[in-house]
Amino acid sequence: MTEFLQHLVNGLSVGTIYALIALGYTMVYGVLKLINFAHGDVYMVGAFAGLYIARGLGVDQEPSLAKAGVVFVGAIVICAALGVAIERFAYRPLRQRARLTALITAIGVSFLLEYGFQLPPVIDGEVPFPPGPTPRFFPEPFARVDFEPLGVHISNYDIVSLIVAVGFMFALQYIVYRTKFGTAMRAVSFDASVAGLMGINVNRVIVWTFALGSGLAAAAAILVAGSRPSINPLLGLLPGIKAFVAAVFGGIGNVQGAMVGGLILGLSEEYVAGYLLSSYRDGIAFALLIIVLLWRPEGLFGRVRAEKV
Amino acid sequence: MDLPKILLRSALPLLIGIPLLWIFQGAVAGPGGSETAMAVILMMAGINVILAVSLNVVNGFTGQFSIGHAGFMAVGAYTAAKITVATNSLEIVGIPTAVSDQLIFLFAMVAGMAMAALMGLLVGMPSLRLRGDYLAIVTLGFNEIIRVLIENTEFLGQATGISGLPKRTNILWVGIAVIVTIAMARRLLGSTHGRALLAIREDEVAAEAMGVDTTGYKVRAFVISSAFAGLAGALLVHQIQLCTPRSFTFIKSIEVVVMVVLGGMGSVTGSVVAALVLSFALEGLRDVQQYRMVMYSVLLIALMLTRPTGIFGTREIWDLIPKLRKKVSS
Repeated sequence: MTEFLQHLVNGLSVGTIYALIALGYTMVYGVLKLINFAHGDVYMVGAFAGLYIARGLGVDQEPSLAKAGVVFVGAIVICAALGVAIERFAYRPLRQRARLTALITAIGVSFLLEYGFQLPPVIDGEVPFPPGPTPRFFPEPFARVDFEPLGVHISNYDIVSLIVAVGFMFALQYIVYRTKFGTAMRAVSFDASVAGLMGINVNRVIVWTFALGSGLAAAAAILVAGSRPSINPLLGLLPGIKAFVAAVFGGIGNVQGAMVGGLILGLSEEYVAGYLLSSYRDGIAFALLIIVLLWRPEGLFGRVRAEKV
Repeated sequence: MDLPKILLRSALPLLIGIPLLWIFQGAVAGPGGSETAMAVILMMAGINVILAVSLNVVNGFTGQFSIGHAGFMAVGAYTAAKITVATNSLEIVGIPTAVSDQLIFLFAMVAGMAMAALMGLLVGMPSLRLRGDYLAIVTLGFNEIIRVLIENTEFLGQATGISGLPKRTNILWVGIAVIVTIAMARRLLGSTHGRALLAIREDEVAAEAMGVDTTGYKVRAFVISSAFAGLAGALLVHQIQLCTPRSFTFIKSIEVVVMVVLGGMGSVTGSVVAALVLSFALEGLRDVQQYRMVMYSVLLIALMLTRPTGIFGTREIWDLIPKLRKKVSS
């Protein structure tokens, strides 16, 4: 029973992270019909942005809650700006072209971030930029306190990230379904050209979608880096793919679907790895993906859309 | 066309190619038949040509997007490697050792192709039923699954891989494989099957409406492409005499994608030219290894922004020279 609960806690904490990243995929896919391959790398940049800010503030010598807040918000702002820049310079010029063109560009951007961050340093410092391929340690933003209710190991980090992640999800849910911007976003997602005719500024909606999605990825990165402190330029690759699987599982383009998909993926990974095949953890997401594609390609919450000719 | 003519037409490239390759192999060989650096580069370039041309069948002809070619390479490579290692001391009775070794290698390559084709079928069936970019993510995932599986299977040597493979790949084998791959792609393009693939690339909905079995054709193209990736993998590991998961990472897949995109999606000669150019260019850039992937990604983005069709687009080299065009098409 204790083991079961421990897996539940771990699965939830991993699952909420997948869900946060999956939201970015799903929103971008919703408005642009583009798999934003670079999303996982925006997550990686978020972790490094947090590291640089934390170093600048001296978090490792003197951690405090206020500094943790600055690191968190700073990383989100930097990543939101990065997402907007990627959209503006790499994706927008291609919007009228074939979808394959944008997909290849997205892969290019993803590789540029991954390998650009591994280049020899240009700016020297305590942590140089680019940071190079060696793993770096993310300083703990506040003191770690461990609890053991019912023999289950929980730290205050787990609790904080769960609360923050769930809070962000509800905030996003509110934005998408209750605000004017959210309505515009859903309209663009339904049909961008008609939405444009109705007086919606399509470019602005897309820019804000990228900013929101990238910001969520950065938030996920800081939450993860707080409890698993080793970060390197390739760390976005696997969570990126898995989050995409989560988004497909829930029905890509669907906000609730991404949340549920993320949680299911996190829990199933944890339980399968914990009880059956521990070394195959990274393969589970793909097995799940193939099953979903065979059984219900539109995802759990997805609807089949008629093909428009 | 009657049967002898068809047979002749199929065999002609090989009939001309094999003697030429034989001479070529002698020309680049070092003293005592040893392998020169040039020969190694040429073999690597040839393997890249096979990879690029075969990936072009899916990405260029069919318009689907696969980014897990290295995964299929790995399947072919490990299958062939297990066979040649297991039969290393074996001989087919009544045949000289040298010939028997080559026959076993041929069998190993064919087995590698068959295994990769089977994997292609398993991966392609669910993902090609759907429209959109699912194939990209599934092939990417497949590439990772293969890596995870290999690293966890003792039978396949885990992360250290299989070492001590017999050296079987030579210029002749690579050359034959290149000829077969290019002939396959060209003949496919001119066939009913190839026309269906082009129709799917141009407009899937319209093709479906005209009665083309889109899923069937896409899956078949994908299986053919996977088989040739397996062949390239088998050739590669019997050249470097080592079979590790590190040779078949996602990065390798992207290298092949860059070749296809650079050459032009849909152009066979484009793929060949791009594979050769990139293979030789990278050989010259050994000193700046760390910039290599950055270069690849910048190349991809720049190409897509300025010339998304690649160097040749869907045209072949002879389409650029009007005189030649007449000769080839008549």
